[in-house]
Amino acid sequence: MAETAASPTSAKTNAEKNLAARVSPARQLAEEFAAGSLAGTVEISEVPFLTMVGLRTLAGSAAAERLAGVTGGLPAGSGAVAGSGDVSVLWLGPAEFLVVAPTEAHESLGGDLIPALRDALGSDAGQVVDLSANRTTFELTGPRARAVLEKGCSLDLHPRVFKAGTAFSTEIANIPAILWKTGDESFRIFPRASFAEFLGRWLLDAMREYASPEVP
Amino acid sequence: MLLIPCPNCGPRDETEFHYGGQAHVPYPENPSELTDTEWSRYLFYRENPKGIFAERWVHSTGCRQWFNMLRDTVSYDIKAIYPMGTPRPDSAGAPAAESGTASLAADSTTTGTDAPNIPGTSISHATAPEGATK
Repeated sequence: MAETAASPTSAKTNAEKNLAARVSPARQLAEEFAAGSLAGTVEISEVPFLTMVGLRTLAGSAAAERLAGVTGGLPAGSGAVAGSGDVSVLWLGPAEFLVVAPTEAHESLGGDLIPALRDALGSDAGQVVDLSANRTTFELTGPRARAVLEKGCSLDLHPRVFKAGTAFSTEIANIPAILWKTGDESFRIFPRASFAEFLGRWLLDAMREYASPEVP
Repeated sequence: MLLIPCPNCGPRDETEFHYGGQAHVPYPENPSELTDTEWSRYLFYRENPKGIFAERWVHSTGCRQWFNMLRDTVSYDIKAIYPMGTPRPDSAGAPAAESGTASLAADSTTTGTDAPNIPGTSISHATAPEGATK
């Protein structure tokens, strides 16, 4: 009796313990991000520990349809983002997708997204790989966010071409990263964890002219 | 810098791509039966044409897919993009190609007599400065 009563609480503390023990790749920049942001102009923050899952499946196959059932659709082509609710699927290649979900969706915190994807793939050809620790997420928002990105990204970021709700795997500041336009003035940038500090400092530097007090 | 039209992602900067060398180099049927000379020919010897060259590229920071490209090594004009595993298209299909270039590309493009003609054709005059300044 005592054991069954204790198990839910111990599971919860395990999840909390897992989260408390983690240090995000750009944690050391958190204060500088806050200091280098200017509300209403351009702001940067790290969104740590998002659940990310790499999917590899042939579009149109039975496994792809089952996976699409779990995620709420798979994107059809370059730039497309599919998904439902708080689960998004980014198109990385003709048979490669990245599922982005909130932190709580991760197995270690009691989420069931990854096991559900794994079950959906079954024994078919393809991959479901937990990539949550592969990349971190920067959120760059504000009217000047596009101008900051244009300093280091060769994509056409003008809103008539780069619409909200599209994502591209490209280069930012000469490093590979995924750029996802989540709103008219908000971008999510996914650099690999080892590039997080570099890209964070690069973005801070690029933001400085907009987020500094005006020189008369 | 080249602006390379990836068949999956559209035009992207050259820095997003990696080069894969000459296309259409078949792996030998029976490598163990080759002489050292033949094996070294397969491993190390590649064409170095002045003119249209079929080469492999991979969009390494994009869709990570390989594709073949016909590129003019003089003007850097990209004449055609086609999937891996398909035969080399004769560049008659290239819209910009005039008669001189088209007939040249139908050949092996490696003969020394043909190569000097390329800069002389009107097409490369029209396109070379643009490609060079990009």
